[in-house]
Amino acid sequence: MPESAARTDEAAAPARLRANLLQARDLAAFRGERLVFEGISFQLAPGGALLLMGPNGAGKSTLLRLLAGLLAPGAGTLLWGGVPALVDRAAWAEQIVYLGHQDAVKMALSVEENLRFFARHADRPISAALGALDLARLAALPARFLSAGQRRRLALARLLLSAAPLWLLDEPTNGLDGAAIERLGAMLAAHRDKGGMVIAATHLPLPLAGAAELALR
Amino acid sequence: MSLLLALIGRDLRLSLRHGADTMAVLLFFFLAGLLFPLAIGPNPETLGRLAPGIVWVCALLAALLPLDRLFGADFEDGTLDQLLLSGLPAAAIALAKTAAHWLTTGLPLLLAAGPLAVMLRISPNGLPVLLACLVPGTLALSLLGTAGAAIVLGARRGGVLLPLLVLPLAVPVLIFATSASSAAALGLPVRPHFLLLLAILAFLTPLAPLAAGAALRAAAE
Repeated sequence: MPESAARTDEAAAPARLRANLLQARDLAAFRGERLVFEGISFQLAPGGALLLMGPNGAGKSTLLRLLAGLLAPGAGTLLWGGVPALVDRAAWAEQIVYLGHQDAVKMALSVEENLRFFARHADRPISAALGALDLARLAALPARFLSAGQRRRLALARLLLSAAPLWLLDEPTNGLDGAAIERLGAMLAAHRDKGGMVIAATHLPLPLAGAAELALR
Repeated sequence: MSLLLALIGRDLRLSLRHGADTMAVLLFFFLAGLLFPLAIGPNPETLGRLAPGIVWVCALLAALLPLDRLFGADFEDGTLDQLLLSGLPAAAIALAKTAAHWLTTGLPLLLAAGPLAVMLRISPNGLPVLLACLVPGTLALSLLGTAGAAIVLGARRGGVLLPLLVLPLAVPVLIFATSASSAAALGLPVRPHFLLLLAILAFLTPLAPLAAGAALRAAAE
């Protein structure tokens, strides 16, 4: 029976993410009147990773915001499994997690309260995300008492709460110490093992084995 | 829907932690209202006639105070990007912010308006009319204020621009609300004015969040 076969497949790999082929074709972006980049094309398969390289102001953050659907592309298309992704931005938001330059941490809320709004999957509890980033003992502490690195880790914990296959990371290692970078490396590897994809902008070497590189000028 | 409620809950929790902000609005409301007896004299007849108008103008100005932080804080710390990517439509985010603004500003003003109006010697039959009109009135102000706050988001000196944008738009609310009070004082029917106020609210309820949502998307670009 094909139905039961499909069911056993799902049971065998319950954590598998529903990733798809991501294709960017001739993307261009404007900031006001200024052309930031044009002719950006790349392809990313499930389990893949892409590093955005380039000097300051080359448009790495702009490209990430464009891929997230926060910024409308000036030209070009973004395809997700062959279908234009940015047409329905609410549906596209389900496929991605975006970690921006800023940590989006509310100082007045505790570490755990900061994550509560983003915890929507019963199988991805806040406690597990905090544990993975070594924040468990700080869970009840107001976020204003955190150091910059701890705040960055709190922002990274949001990645673990989401079931989205595509992670868009803008300088994820900002302010992190060596141990935290190792933890991030383990997170990224586990995500890619499940079929997840990572696109990261960075200046520093990132623990991403076998990542393709895209140079922006 | 649960996401919308979660966002409202998060905003309420934040404003509870920043309780001084709501207190500042209420103190401003009282202080501004209490300047009038000092300025125009304590004659009960004059004050009583002016009381609904004074309460309304003070409520309007007080409701403007928290608007520039309504989206400003989220915009600066990157939370707005996360909200726009949370799967909620931008208009729903604006609606949640409107609800949070009304619950933390409109509702406290509504509760404080009674005591202030009594202090200003409002006529006994004018008080229920004033309070009844304040319910749709403050809701309309929250809707207008949210739209205004979203539109000036990211603009230089947005805090100065905001009253210039919102106050003219709030004029119809002010006119119909205070004419209801005048009608009550003259013994004329209040109902038409009240219904016009509700019509403004019905007009703004879908339009203001849509406009604010589009402005939020533009600000995030």
